[in-house]
Amino acid sequence: MNWTLMWDVLPRLAAGVPLTLQLVLLAELLGVLVAAGTALMRLSGNPALDWIARGYVFVFRGTPLLVQIFLIYYGLGQFGGVRESVLWPVLREPYWCAILAMTLNTGAYGSEILRGAIQSVPHGQVEAARACGMGRFLTFRRIVVPIAVRQALPAYGNEVILMIKASSLASTITLLEVTGIARRIIAQTFAVFEVFLVAGAIYLVLNFTLAWLVRTAERRMTPYARARA
Amino acid sequence: MARGKTGIPSETEEAVMKKLVAALAVGAAVLACGVAEAKDWKKVRIGTEGAYAPWNMTDASGKLVGFEIELGNDLCKRMKVECEFVAQDWDGIIPALQQGKYDAIMSAMTITDERRKILDFTVPYGNDPSSFVADKKSPLAAMPKTDILDISVPAGQKAIDDLAKTLAGKTIGVQTSTTQLAFLEKHLPKIAVRTYDKIDNAGIDLGAGRVDAVIGDRSVVEAIIKEDKAGNIVMFGPNLVRGVLGEGMGLGLRKQDADLKAMLDKAIAEATKDGTVAKLSKQHFGYDISIK
Amino acid sequence: MLDLLSFGPNGWGWQILAGAGMTVAVAVSAFALGVLFGSLGAAAKLSEHLILRAVAEVYTTVVRGVPELLVIYLLFFGGNGMVLAVARVFGYDGYVELNAFSIGVVAVGLISGSYSTEVIRGAVQSVPHGQIEAARACGMGRWLILRRILVPQTLRYALPGLGNVWQLTLKDTSLVSVTALAEVMRVAHLGAGSTRQPFLFYMAATLIYLLLTTVSTAAFDRAERHTMRGVRRA
Repeated sequence: MNWTLMWDVLPRLAAGVPLTLQLVLLAELLGVLVAAGTALMRLSGNPALDWIARGYVFVFRGTPLLVQIFLIYYGLGQFGGVRESVLWPVLREPYWCAILAMTLNTGAYGSEILRGAIQSVPHGQVEAARACGMGRFLTFRRIVVPIAVRQALPAYGNEVILMIKASSLASTITLLEVTGIARRIIAQTFAVFEVFLVAGAIYLVLNFTLAWLVRTAERRMTPYARARA
Repeated sequence: MARGKTGIPSETEEAVMKKLVAALAVGAAVLACGVAEAKDWKKVRIGTEGAYAPWNMTDASGKLVGFEIELGNDLCKRMKVECEFVAQDWDGIIPALQQGKYDAIMSAMTITDERRKILDFTVPYGNDPSSFVADKKSPLAAMPKTDILDISVPAGQKAIDDLAKTLAGKTIGVQTSTTQLAFLEKHLPKIAVRTYDKIDNAGIDLGAGRVDAVIGDRSVVEAIIKEDKAGNIVMFGPNLVRGVLGEGMGLGLRKQDADLKAMLDKAIAEATKDGTVAKLSKQHFGYDISIK
Repeated sequence: MLDLLSFGPNGWGWQILAGAGMTVAVAVSAFALGVLFGSLGAAAKLSEHLILRAVAEVYTTVVRGVPELLVIYLLFFGGNGMVLAVARVFGYDGYVELNAFSIGVVAVGLISGSYSTEVIRGAVQSVPHGQIEAARACGMGRWLILRRILVPQTLRYALPGLGNVWQLTLKDTSLVSVTALAEVMRVAHLGAGSTRQPFLFYMAATLIYLLLTTVSTAAFDRAERHTMRGVRRA
């Protein structure tokens, strides 16, 4: 085990962390919007919207992220029509293709989490709000959303961790985040085991930090759960 | 952990192993995991990428085919051993050899000093310069093609300077872990580079306009030109050899398999002398790549 | 264009089907291995010995915290060395053949096992403790309790979670393409590269995964309904 190599490689790999975090942050921010929209479509009661949402969730939860990335990056790039279109400046860059794939992926999983959370709000609370004369939107904003968010937080935190791991797949379309840099270094040094060990350790640190942040957020948001009667 | 015996041997371990091999000669007990048994080579497993047309590729039925498969089978016939080709992604082709997944690498691997640090090579069986391709509508296509230039001499250096000027601000695609990538990193460090796990994907992205040019072995980029049915891709610029681009393609072997190296060297010399290599290469590449 | 997918001599159809078969083989083997690891892990997590609990905790935390791609790479390139080191300890000096299939199964199995551990642990803890106490009071031995009381009920609680783990395992097999094992993803890569038709091949791969997912979901739903028979739903 080449410890000196591992020590030398650490700063080079750490240089990939900003790109990893960028990918995850953007994918999550856009993904939450997609997830919320899709969840609302499923809960809207409109069968057309429901089925479109179901189809989207089915496809993106039923296929590996790797296939989705390749389909978007190489698959769409194959068509002259896409290359002429106004979307090309976006789809041309592996960065945006990765974010698009990750967004659609996390959006599908996130929508199920949000939908479950919204449905888990006790109906009595919604009835009480109506009895008080609150309109639908006000009820949603003041009653349903705060409760649903607390309910969704653990599962959504898990989802963000999964996205951090998923970002490593961006290396398959030439992006130089942590895994991409690791593969480059291995091409020069041939020290596969050592380099991937260090890369794995970096991801572990990222995930621990994130898990701690989510737990802290959970604790902050649910003081009533720990309140002594 | 017996890491040194499975992976890259440290210096003392190499020295010890050399002494042991010398002392025990053929038929010694198993020492390293990479050696199946002290070798009475009856069966040789050869690792190849299977995605590097026309040297090695996978056909629609999943079989490995190509120039190296045929040449490899011929060499094994000469050595009177049974050959088995094993597919392995290029990224891990050297570590997998050291792990013992196969006994030799035959995947258009150029002999370089860097690789010699951890591998042994047979004598070269072929030589192919590195070439550039681009879309025919791009300004790069106007750069005149040249004869084969050695980059370690002044004429080659000038070609590199011209390249640096022409490619300024452009993006070039290349396969990872290749001599061409080492070339770009050393001689054209200011040019933006995109690395691909398979050269085919670089070709796809060239067609899509995501990279402005691709650099690779000449026979391989010619295959990319042929694959592009629309005829939009052309070769441009110099054909380069030597220096960090290495000296010819040989089979990669583990350092302790000196007996296999001897067998292969002999077979390659025979195949080169009697024109088999030339014949096969003309058949697959359209020109002769054998060592003169 | 579609003739590329045909079953003729120039068609990739057979190879894609073979790839799909390999995907299923790896997924099923890895899932089974994962359930085995998961049971052991859950047992360790619920045991009274601190060391066992710690080992299991490290296992699930590390394997769930590192990208699957890296786990597979590490096992593929380091696995041989590790297995041989272990074999050397036992005095076995020969060469251990670890083909791509075994490594792929072990790698995905390890990942699957780390998730299964949590599912099975949760399920075991959901079995009302009163039932175990009653069984003890009736004089049932440990193995009898395990066999007649614990396992059937754990299965009922674990099945939805295990269904999720199965879907995860199925999709993780796509990463085994880095070991050059001829499963669906690798065939799609090779086809896309050599024919310059990435959309066609990756779409074919997508459809295969969707088909496998749909069939699995239906199968797991039936299994869940079977185990829930006789239970009043909340």
